Amino acid sequence: MCALKIKKGSSSHSAYQLRNPMGDAIETHTLAVIVDNEPGVLARVIGLFSGRGYNIESLTVAEVDHLGHQSRITIVTTGTPQVIEQIKAQLNRMVPVHEVHDLTVEGPSVERELALIKVASTGDKRVEALRLADIFRASVMDTTLESFVFEITGTPEKIDAFVDLMRPLGLVELARTGVAAMLRGKRAEASAQL
Amino acid sequence: MTRQMTGAQMVVQALKDQGVDTIFGYPGGAVLPIYDEIFQQSDIRHILVRHEQGAAHAAEGYARSTGKPGVVLVTSGPGATNAVTGITDALMDSIPIIVLTGQVPTFMIGTDGFQEADTVGITRPCTKHNWLVKDTEKLAETIHQAFHVATTGRPGPVLIDIPKDVQFATGTYIPPKKARTDHYAPRIKGDTQMITALAEALEQAERPIFYTGGGVINSGAHACQLLRELVDATGFPITSTLMGLGAYPASGKGWLGMLGMHGTYEANMAMHDCDLMIAIGARFDDRITGRIDDFAPGSKKAHIDIDASSINKVVHADIPILGDVGHVLEDLLKIWKSRGRKTKSAAVRKWWQQIEEWKAIDCLAYRNSDKIIKPQYAVQRLEALTSGMDRYITTEVGQHQMWAAQFMGFEEPHRLMTSGGLGTMGYGFPASIGVQIAHPKALVINVAGDASFLMNMQEMGTAVQFNLPVKQFILNNERLGMVRQWQQLLHGERYSHSWSESLPDFVKLAEAFGARGIRCQDPADLDDAIREMIAHDGPVIFDCVVEKHENCFPMIPSGKPHNEMLLGDASTEGAIQSDGAVLV
Repeated sequence: MCALKIKKGSSSHSAYQLRNPMGDAIETHTLAVIVDNEPGVLARVIGLFSGRGYNIESLTVAEVDHLGHQSRITIVTTGTPQVIEQIKAQLNRMVPVHEVHDLTVEGPSVERELALIKVASTGDKRVEALRLADIFRASVMDTTLESFVFEITGTPEKIDAFVDLMRPLGLVELARTGVAAMLRGKRAEASAQL
Repeated sequence: MTRQMTGAQMVVQALKDQGVDTIFGYPGGAVLPIYDEIFQQSDIRHILVRHEQGAAHAAEGYARSTGKPGVVLVTSGPGATNAVTGITDALMDSIPIIVLTGQVPTFMIGTDGFQEADTVGITRPCTKHNWLVKDTEKLAETIHQAFHVATTGRPGPVLIDIPKDVQFATGTYIPPKKARTDHYAPRIKGDTQMITALAEALEQAERPIFYTGGGVINSGAHACQLLRELVDATGFPITSTLMGLGAYPASGKGWLGMLGMHGTYEANMAMHDCDLMIAIGARFDDRITGRIDDFAPGSKKAHIDIDASSINKVVHADIPILGDVGHVLEDLLKIWKSRGRKTKSAAVRKWWQQIEEWKAIDCLAYRNSDKIIKPQYAVQRLEALTSGMDRYITTEVGQHQMWAAQFMGFEEPHRLMTSGGLGTMGYGFPASIGVQIAHPKALVINVAGDASFLMNMQEMGTAVQFNLPVKQFILNNERLGMVRQWQQLLHGERYSHSWSESLPDFVKLAEAFGARGIRCQDPADLDDAIREMIAHDGPVIFDCVVEKHENCFPMIPSGKPHNEMLLGDASTEGAIQSDGAVLV
């Protein structure tokens, strides 16, 4: 008895799905996850994403309920609809996770991000930076004769646009918080006691 | 009632209050206070293993054969890392085990202390949940929560890391009833609308099949009973994954045998051609589905599972039902009966005719020999000589595992312990020890391969010390049989590192440990040798010298759908005139 006729390098050597099943359209979703604020909880969530090969576009976390020790994690992620559903199911079954909300599905929602932007320049460039900051409603947090630190709040797209404008005007440093998001209207999606 | 005690005392008290009678462990510096408490009591029996991986697998065997959680106690650092394989195995197969690890004192964490490892970090992805307890006041509650998490919903392994100073310090003991466990409460009851939709589907189906998995067994004896009732009342055929064997009896009239890569022809063909698939507590593993694109293409699929992340993970479910198998089956039976117990019986009868034709192919047939023991024959004889007994089977991983699944009949749940998801060579021997501890009077046999057995053979010491009459039935082909088979069929017969050189003399090995060794190489002697093994009151290594180049068939080859199975030597010989290039 001898071998099956299989060419070297053919994927027929494996019983695993070697084709990329992610042929479907990629969507971006914003998730709000309410978790117990216990040691390692963020590592758990991040480990889930890296371990199962999901994407994290942005992630923010802070305690929102001091008495109940609960934190809110806002995750912007991308994937096929099937993968997004998997992410939510996988998050939901973690022991310290209380609620998972897909703001993109449950929306409409508002999304905001804060950025600190350092621009070092003199002369016309410096004047132009200040003028553009005014248009974007960015405020000046710190100034020297040769630099500004701007604070800007808005959607990630607005911050991208402002950063692009600052680049030729002496952008030297950038710090962004990642997205915080919330449903519009009076309905509260997360039931943490505030 | 509050009681002050040390952390170490709390561990023992909490285990007693949780009804634990046995723990599997290995002492070391960071768990000495707990071992000191174990020494001073007699309610909990400690089984000293010879390697921490053995402790985890033994606890799995104990858990899987009883339905109760298994408990492991190991030290920090290497104790914990050695247990990781067993913990991961339990996660993949949804086995509830509680692992207690020692840790360096809290004030030394992060200093690279002696035998320090980031145990909760290392085991975070391979446990259902884990805890590092830094305060003795929280220890008792954490242990109770750990039992709750391990055994609720989809079961799994949990780990509690206990620094040595927390074991020494004094705190307040909280009994199980006072521990807060309400937050983790997975949904048990299924959605009535969906269950009704499934009942309707049962009435409409012309080519139905039940596809069941380990979730039925995990759901409990009641769920297995309901499954039997449902299958027999509808008269539909049923197949099962490796993990689900025994939930429906192998002698039942609906039984088609196991499905998947080495499942029966009739089970796989029926899966491919069905118009209604009822998946119960199974997770569409890649060894089951074959090529996803061609998986049961014309079928409506219902999926009952307690884990939402299992539903729609790899295969889209038309009727998804989230809930515990037992509860859902109870509701399903109620609804289906109240609607008049209807099925399309004429169509189902025709479906059975088709299935009988597939059965007639006799896919498990092999060429026997009177000169050399065929491994299939060895398993068949083992089955024939033990099937009526109070018997538990464990297996290692490889060809022998598949032959055991194909040729042995399991009439009850909890009777087969095998590493399905992770495929851990070295699982079966320590698992058989855990099973024997739980069932001292039963016949416990580990169907093994020579290579798998070597991976945890140090546990012979445990078997002999505790006089556990586990039978190690080794199908010795001096090969890594499954690897060799794939190399033959798929990699141009280049047998890269798939043979076992310098194997020990298994009879002498047994004797060196103070156990009994039996070797058998002649088919004519096999029955007597097996009888001798069963009759011996003590651990036995049975060296069954078998045909070295036997392949495990039927087989769904790589990347193929269910209806393109290889049926055996004959069906590969046509396809095979391998061209020279492949043979190089």
